[in-house]
Amino acid sequence: MKRLLRLIAKQWITYALGFTALVLAIVLDMYNPYYVGSIIDRVILGGELAYLKTALLALVGITFARAVLGYTKEYMFDLSSSKVIVELRKKLFDHIQGLSFAFFDRNNTGELMSRIKEDTDNIMSAICYGFMLFLEQVIYFGVATVILFTIDWRLALVSLVTMPLIEYVVFRLEKQVGKQYEKISDQRAVLNMTAQENIAGVRVVKAFGREKHEILKFLKQNEENYRINYDLVKSMATYNPLIEFLSNLVSVLVITAGGYFVIGGEMSLGTLVAFSNYIWMLIWPLRMMGWLTSVLAQCVASVKKIDKLFDEEPDIKNYQDPKVPEEIKGHVEFRDVCFEYDGASVLKDINIDARPGGTIAIMGMTGAGKTTLINLIGRYYDCTSGSVYFDGIDVREMDLAVLRKNVSVVMQDTFLFSDTIEANIKFGAGEVPDEVFRAACRDAMVDEFVSQMPDGYQTVIGERGIGLSGGQKQRISIARALVRDAKVLVLDDSTSALDMETEYAIQWAMERRKGFTCFIIAHRISAVKNADEILYFEDGRIVERGTHDELLRLRGRYYETYREQYRDYVEALEKEVV
Amino acid sequence: MPINIVREDEELRESLNITLIRRLLTYLRPYTAEVIKTLLLMAAVIVVELFNPYMLKLGIDKYIAEGDWKNLFVLGGVMIVANIVAVVCSRLRMLIMGRVSNNIILTIRQQLYSHIQKLSFSFFDSRPTGKILSRIIGDVNSLNDVFANSVTSLVPELVKIVAVVVIMMVMNYRLGIVALITLPFMLVVFFFISTASRKRWQMHRKKSSNLNAFTHEDFSGIRVVQSFAAEQETSSTFLQLCNEWRDSFVRAVRINDFFWPTTEMSWGIGTILVFWFGSRMIETGNITPGLLVAFSGYVSMFWQPIMNISNFYNQLVTNMAGAERIFEILDIEPDIKARPDAKPLPEIKGDVSFRNVTFGYDEGQEVLKDVTFDVPAWQTVALVGSTGAGKTTIVNLISRFYEVTSGEVLIDGHNVNDVTLESLRSQIGVMPQDTFLFSATIMENIRYGKLDATDEEVIEAAKAVSAHDFIMKLEKGYQTEVNERGTRLSAGQRQLIAFARVLLANPRILILDEATASIDTHTERLVQQGIQKLLEGRTSFVIAHRLSTIRNADRIMVVEEGGIAESGTHEELIRLRGQYYNLYTSQFRFLEDEGEAV
Repeated sequence: MKRLLRLIAKQWITYALGFTALVLAIVLDMYNPYYVGSIIDRVILGGELAYLKTALLALVGITFARAVLGYTKEYMFDLSSSKVIVELRKKLFDHIQGLSFAFFDRNNTGELMSRIKEDTDNIMSAICYGFMLFLEQVIYFGVATVILFTIDWRLALVSLVTMPLIEYVVFRLEKQVGKQYEKISDQRAVLNMTAQENIAGVRVVKAFGREKHEILKFLKQNEENYRINYDLVKSMATYNPLIEFLSNLVSVLVITAGGYFVIGGEMSLGTLVAFSNYIWMLIWPLRMMGWLTSVLAQCVASVKKIDKLFDEEPDIKNYQDPKVPEEIKGHVEFRDVCFEYDGASVLKDINIDARPGGTIAIMGMTGAGKTTLINLIGRYYDCTSGSVYFDGIDVREMDLAVLRKNVSVVMQDTFLFSDTIEANIKFGAGEVPDEVFRAACRDAMVDEFVSQMPDGYQTVIGERGIGLSGGQKQRISIARALVRDAKVLVLDDSTSALDMETEYAIQWAMERRKGFTCFIIAHRISAVKNADEILYFEDGRIVERGTHDELLRLRGRYYETYREQYRDYVEALEKEVV
Repeated sequence: MPINIVREDEELRESLNITLIRRLLTYLRPYTAEVIKTLLLMAAVIVVELFNPYMLKLGIDKYIAEGDWKNLFVLGGVMIVANIVAVVCSRLRMLIMGRVSNNIILTIRQQLYSHIQKLSFSFFDSRPTGKILSRIIGDVNSLNDVFANSVTSLVPELVKIVAVVVIMMVMNYRLGIVALITLPFMLVVFFFISTASRKRWQMHRKKSSNLNAFTHEDFSGIRVVQSFAAEQETSSTFLQLCNEWRDSFVRAVRINDFFWPTTEMSWGIGTILVFWFGSRMIETGNITPGLLVAFSGYVSMFWQPIMNISNFYNQLVTNMAGAERIFEILDIEPDIKARPDAKPLPEIKGDVSFRNVTFGYDEGQEVLKDVTFDVPAWQTVALVGSTGAGKTTIVNLISRFYEVTSGEVLIDGHNVNDVTLESLRSQIGVMPQDTFLFSATIMENIRYGKLDATDEEVIEAAKAVSAHDFIMKLEKGYQTEVNERGTRLSAGQRQLIAFARVLLANPRILILDEATASIDTHTERLVQQGIQKLLEGRTSFVIAHRLSTIRNADRIMVVEEGGIAESGTHEELIRLRGQYYNLYTSQFRFLEDEGEAV
């Protein structure tokens, strides 16, 4: 909430302009009945024709001024509140983006989107017309109270008698709808999530012909959404008419009490008439209270949801006094690293020394901790004990941006943005010299297929990389890693969809490039064979390590994999010999 | 279909205001009874509302002036009772209208969602997920107020207006015309405002949708963003999109905010004109002063409802853009749908034939050219070839995820285009390249293959693909929650779960598109042993790059440049010394290069 108020305060100039216009418009509004009244009294009934021109001119002036002020008011409020929302969104986006992988493991994209879009939209309507109307009503109410008190203080007190009651009802309403709006906001996130997942997984849905199942799944959430929205309608239908009733009760009180005074001779009839003319100025703002409360409650509910996100501290934060190595060489060391996730041990006692320019290959069973290991290099998670060093500096103390800029990762799941191929490859790399770009595309074998496309690198690929095969997508993501001049390259099983020819060609190109430390996770012997050290993982431990030859001699798990993959080869060789 | 990207505005077909409104109104039709009830209840409330000032006046002018105590209190009592009636009526009205409008929103959203389920891949391929989402969520929400206020603010106000106009005309038609003279002027301005602002609101919705799409993409690809330390770049793009969103909003309200002042001006000037001409008419003796006083009272009674209606119209104009975007999607015909005379595919044996199949994702760009092959039932076929050769495309055509440009795909002699989609796809099990798991438990994810499977069946499927062991090692076993990214599980483990899912579906034709690419050789061998039995009696298509995966296939087809280059068993193809031989030996090349001996 404080955050929002601070952002609002920043827009004080435009808000103040809007507010001034609002106040002036109200002031003019007060003059309107005066002139209309005087035209009736003096001109029409009194026959004072000379006054007509003056009064009408005044009315023309007021009308124009009110139009201009009315426009200014609305426009200023629109202007400032949209600015506040832009800043709030930006802050929220940056905050979420800065949270660590562990946060994204727990939270759904659909929900986050809902916070950034729907919840801020709610806040916007509150700080725009909600705020505007609120101010207007408060002023009308205040002015009416002052006028009523000057006319007759006793009657004024009587007409305020229901105020505490109304306040109590409003308080109850606020409490009840506040909770409901929170539920609605959550349910909207669920709807978003359900739909988002369905669209993201549309291939699976269609492959299994599960459209009906998905429709029913959504219907359940949609109906739940209906139910809680209807709950809200129910509370509004309970409290709002009550508020209106209590407001209207004011007029009953006024005439009975006023009647009592007048008949008792304590007040003139004229005073009571004057009083009753202004009483509606008091009643209308009161009647609006229910509606305004609901707008406000919705805003508060959304702010709460957003604040909860803001309260998420990133697990991985830049060190207070971040260090940067004097010269970046790409020396990566794991010393006694252990890592636990969700209470389960994932990595145990890992010691690796990857010299600059060297290649470390990682093999092992699925789920053995290979990806986790390389996630520790770019500090996507922090190890539970032990340390990872980059050029002699503990990664936890190193400048995060510098570290990550120097560790290029090709992820297992290829993720491409819906943009051109060129933009995808240059993603996040800033200015890329043409030669570097071309070399990366050549080495990652991207050129080979892009050159055959009519639009070349300007070909737009959709979110799902339409028209590209799995292998082509992998090649693009390899090129994306190569365009940055990083000292450490991590390939997480990123050649699995490549045919052998291509994989071989890319390997060969990498070999030629060199000058960077390389971590390769792969399942094919061909991909790891030339590494300086091959690590074989099992259950989070390194069970075998050494060069290809050493591991073959060991006749352990690596050898077993080798046999499995090359049994054919041996047989084929034998056959050829025969 | 051209591909839309995040930063690019969507193209939208324009439709007429009136058609949109008419279409929106059709959603109200099933609720005619409720609408009538609402109107009656509103009438009661309005009577009380109008009654209140009158009672007040009566009390003061008559009872108080005459010192009539008794009647004054009776009057107070009557007012309270009348207001209680009003409270009850407005409560009922709110409940009924709330139910109606929320029901309509439910209907529209469900209709949209169900329709999207029917659309083909080309629809999903061509637009970012975030933009589809913003229609299902944001655009539908924007209609809520329109429906909630449509009946309640429109009809009663119109009634009031007509009543007041009739009264004014009866009192003095010349003065009546004067009072109404600014109305056409206002309507003309409204027309201009709504025409101009509608396009701008449409633009605003598009910008909103772009923002949504960008957020979606950024969070989905957060790993890439963070690993390339691209946060600043994405953050500035986000800000730029936010500013575009705001600019489009400001541009829209710049025009839209004229609504209110225009009404006020018309009201003010209308009143002034009445006084001006009215005074003249008194001078000439055409009307009495009393008439003008009474008439001026009606003038404000006339403009108050106009004010409310223009408010509603404003809301309608603002949110019409949302309706337009919803209807646009509802009007998209799925490219791939069952023919009207489509019959369900009977239980199949599993023969698959391609006859001169040509296909391209985009016109003029052929991915497959004149492909013909026959696969008899129960065979295992391996598709190999360089990336992008068209392997995935071939298998996509079997399930009719895309439609052939020419030629035929036959299953047991039935053209896939002539059978219902459901009967076709329910007999084919596909494991796509990108593993996708739903946020649900592992049990539920596997069960997706066969919704009524028992726990035992699920576990059996998991055992067949060697997933059971690692699942049991997880703290909550099969009840472990995974999410969209399936994190907590490794890519290989996710693949195994997806594999179990497809096996559970028990399809006649099984398509494995790099199903074991992320799985280590050891596990893969276990999987192969486990599923051997399950593969018997099925036709399977296997796409893989690891030789150990494909060598046991009954037939290997080499896909090159959109055609089948070679076809035969492993031994036959090796003997052929063609492309397969080259592919096959390429993995050994480096061994030979270095003269490695085993």
